Amino acid sequence: MSNAESEKEYWRWTESRYTNPDLSWEDGDIISAGVDVGSVSTQAVIMVDGELYCYSSMRTGSNSPDSANNAMDWALEGTSLPLDKIQYVVGTGYGRVNVPFAKRAITEIACHARGANFIYGPEIRTVLDMGGQDCKAIRCDQRGKVTAFLMNDKCAAGTGRGMEVFADLLQVHINDVGKMSLEVDEEPEPVSSTCVVFAKSEAVGLLRKGWPKEKVLAAYCSAMAHRVVTLLLRLGIEEKFAITGGIAKNVGVVKRIEDELKLKAPEPSIDPQLAGAIGAALFAKALVEKERKKA
Amino acid sequence: MITAGIDCGSKNTKVVLMKEGNILSTASVLSGFDQEESAEQALNSALEKAGIKRDEVKHITATGAGMEAIKFSNDTITTITADARGTYLLFPSTRTIIDIGAEEGLVVKIDDQGKVKDFGINEKCAAGAGAFIEAMSRALEVDIETMGELSLKSTKKIPMNAQCTIFAESEVVSLIHQKTLKEDIIRAVHDAIADRNTSMVRQIGIEKDVALIGGVANNIGFVDAMNKNLGFDLLVPKDRIAPEYVSALGAALIAQEKSGG
Repeated sequence: MSNAESEKEYWRWTESRYTNPDLSWEDGDIISAGVDVGSVSTQAVIMVDGELYCYSSMRTGSNSPDSANNAMDWALEGTSLPLDKIQYVVGTGYGRVNVPFAKRAITEIACHARGANFIYGPEIRTVLDMGGQDCKAIRCDQRGKVTAFLMNDKCAAGTGRGMEVFADLLQVHINDVGKMSLEVDEEPEPVSSTCVVFAKSEAVGLLRKGWPKEKVLAAYCSAMAHRVVTLLLRLGIEEKFAITGGIAKNVGVVKRIEDELKLKAPEPSIDPQLAGAIGAALFAKALVEKERKKA
Repeated sequence: MITAGIDCGSKNTKVVLMKEGNILSTASVLSGFDQEESAEQALNSALEKAGIKRDEVKHITATGAGMEAIKFSNDTITTITADARGTYLLFPSTRTIIDIGAEEGLVVKIDDQGKVKDFGINEKCAAGAGAFIEAMSRALEVDIETMGELSLKSTKKIPMNAQCTIFAESEVVSLIHQKTLKEDIIRAVHDAIADRNTSMVRQIGIEKDVALIGGVANNIGFVDAMNKNLGFDLLVPKDRIAPEYVSALGAALIAQEKSGG
């Protein structure tokens, strides 16, 4: 590629960090942390007595330990909280066994259910976690404990990576894909190919036919929505239903999932990409309490 | 009497010209956007090579994914039938045909008369087709033509975890970052696609002899991986015609029949 425009990386979503101004770690009893090293993104969440204190969310690098270290360093940046004051760290996600400072690794399925329970409330019974390289449908109880799940981690269709490929192809920033896909007067037929490689060729054909970008994105978002709805229906949906993971921020996919299910997913009060790390930090808190009971 | 077979593949359009059971010429062009235009070009190029005029061609039969677009053809036949006919002419001992094209993989079982008994098809996923090797060659920045040769130089078998082409791209990039030798990565790529196709063939059932056709059969690294998986050598067209022309050959043979030749 020759010009600067085509070298722009449209998939590169915005990394972020946050500190809760209303909390101070010095006043807290239990300081716990969760680190979710996903295939595409890594989040570090630090909680003070089960309340969100600070976090970071960044792109996963080429190795898991470095990604975990970087995310933790960035989360702690500017907080005066030293790493050794965190009493318990739980690792989760694809790289969970490679979090250097974690005492324990817990699967992302358990953590996402627990995190969704925290973000959306105890009425949540079905969680759809749309991650970077996988997609999970999870059923849970009022405490966020997993009762059943189904997962696709073999195929990029229905994952964040698939959406990144489309952002690059259409040269639309990943943060804008969802909104742009809703700017159509009429919903087009969904992209018919399941495979992302073939869907890409199909999209190129649609562009050649003169379809505007919005319409192509609409066709892809609805294909993706349909794909994950199939997974949800196989598991069986019990209300209330919520979406976590990076795609939960894509209104184009979320709206189409809601339309197909005829169910509304609640608006997240906290970045839904943090659900796994939040769940891990809550498990870490529970483990500190358990250790104390033993002692 | 002269006939033509046109195979409109998802990537390339191939033409075979025949006269009384003999192959006169072959030609291939990129399918591109306008498939009929590409078929026209491929046909003209084959005519030119053979030194014959368009009106000498008595019957044209089209096959392949884009066959409906070829309005100037007399009729169409499925890839399954075309594969069976073309392969049976080249290797009459064939009972199982594996056809790996750019975007799909086919297994066709035939009897001792070349009649189709059963078939299986993968057209849903790029990971078992030529598109997989193509994507990996881009990630590796290695010319696709040299992939086969390079992989045979590998001395180390490494696993490939990703099934999906999109995920495999990232895996290849991280293998490059880990300073894994290119030839070992390419071998892993060929092993991965060979494993997927081997299980597709096993599902239908393997009956010898087994022939391998389609563009991917030109990749000696893939052929080697398939031979190792199956424990015997596949029949791969070489001298009379290249493996990507076998479907077009089958179509040209059927065109001969249809026009009374």
